[in-house]
Amino acid sequence: MSQPNRSEGAKSREAEWAAWMRAGLAGDMAAYRRLLQALTPALRGLVRRGLTQSGNADVEDVVQEVLLAVHLKRNTWMSEQPFSPWLNAIARHKLIDVLRRKGRRGEVPIYDLIDILPDTTERPETSHGEVSRLVSRLEGKQKDVVNSVSVDGTSIRDTAAKLNMSEGAVRVTLHRGLKKLAALYRVPEA
Amino acid sequence: MKTDEFIEALSADDRKPGPSPGRALALAVVAGVIVAGLLFWAMLGMRPDAMQAMHTVRYDFKIVVSIVLAASASVLVWRFAQPQPVSRQTQLWLLAAPVLLAAAVLIELFVLPGDQWMPKLVGHNARKCMMFIPIFAVVPLGVLLYALRSGATLVPARTGAVAGLIAGGIGAAFYAIHCPDDSPLFVATWYTIAIAAVTALGAFLGSRLLRW
Repeated sequence: MSQPNRSEGAKSREAEWAAWMRAGLAGDMAAYRRLLQALTPALRGLVRRGLTQSGNADVEDVVQEVLLAVHLKRNTWMSEQPFSPWLNAIARHKLIDVLRRKGRRGEVPIYDLIDILPDTTERPETSHGEVSRLVSRLEGKQKDVVNSVSVDGTSIRDTAAKLNMSEGAVRVTLHRGLKKLAALYRVPEA
Repeated sequence: MKTDEFIEALSADDRKPGPSPGRALALAVVAGVIVAGLLFWAMLGMRPDAMQAMHTVRYDFKIVVSIVLAASASVLVWRFAQPQPVSRQTQLWLLAAPVLLAAAVLIELFVLPGDQWMPKLVGHNARKCMMFIPIFAVVPLGVLLYALRSGATLVPARTGAVAGLIAGGIGAAFYAIHCPDDSPLFVATWYTIAIAAVTALGAFLGSRLLRW
């Protein structure tokens, strides 16, 4: 797809993101991690614009929710398609969802994410805790595994040893835990 | 939780992502057709004069129009399963079966004497038709919705409705093989009601199951 108005920066980002996602889908999790890290500042920019109206908006919470959706829905990106329109659609869908869920009125920006300059002015890297709260609502092993791999930064192998599980079981539990997290966003706390 | 930490968890989840929506939907359609076909075989079977009937235009048409509905809805649901807007032109493909059916109704009204219209419309099996099309359609609808949960639709209710049209089309195609009422007047009335019910169920379930 030719996009003559795009800046050089946007074009090279598109190519780089698409290449990383392709590698990630093929099993290169290091490339995949680089992709998610590279998306984060751009998502932050988009989310911040979408939440400007509301005072207690927690940009980082929403960024994390979008990243989770990118992860769980990555099978819907067709590798022969450009990457950024897909990413844009996922991010806008989640942003609209968040605004609706919180009963906030807000405008979802129409900018293409890829044209937004990455938001590096502030680095609010810790969310106010929505993901942490949701993780705490996971059950048993799922909670242990997700916490171990994320907050504690433990590898799958070490997590398996620590929790006395097989590596395969840790992988399955992690995957189910992440899917459960996405579902919990829609279930209000009891 | 820090976003970097969260990314660690996401990139540690190295299980292969699920099938693409196209693949999942193709499998669902095939599975739905097989199950509906088995139910058809077990519950109804061919009509006795199927061989002669196959040479009549009305019999062939009601089967073809059901397949056209299922096929056009399949293309559309594949587009809806992806997180991208679907153009109006693409959505208009869905009119293929209704337009064909409307043309057939006009021709039927033209070739049949007026006093035959009502008897042909009422037919002999209206109740059976409205029962078996949904029965054959339920499993296809279920597997389609299951497949669609791995997609990322932006319009859950509409996507569920289109899945209902596929399932209804599959159910109608099998029921049509059995049913002795061949007039487009019968098809346009009772098949439409039965398929509409399946579509409404699809929309309702879609709006609940296809959010993400």
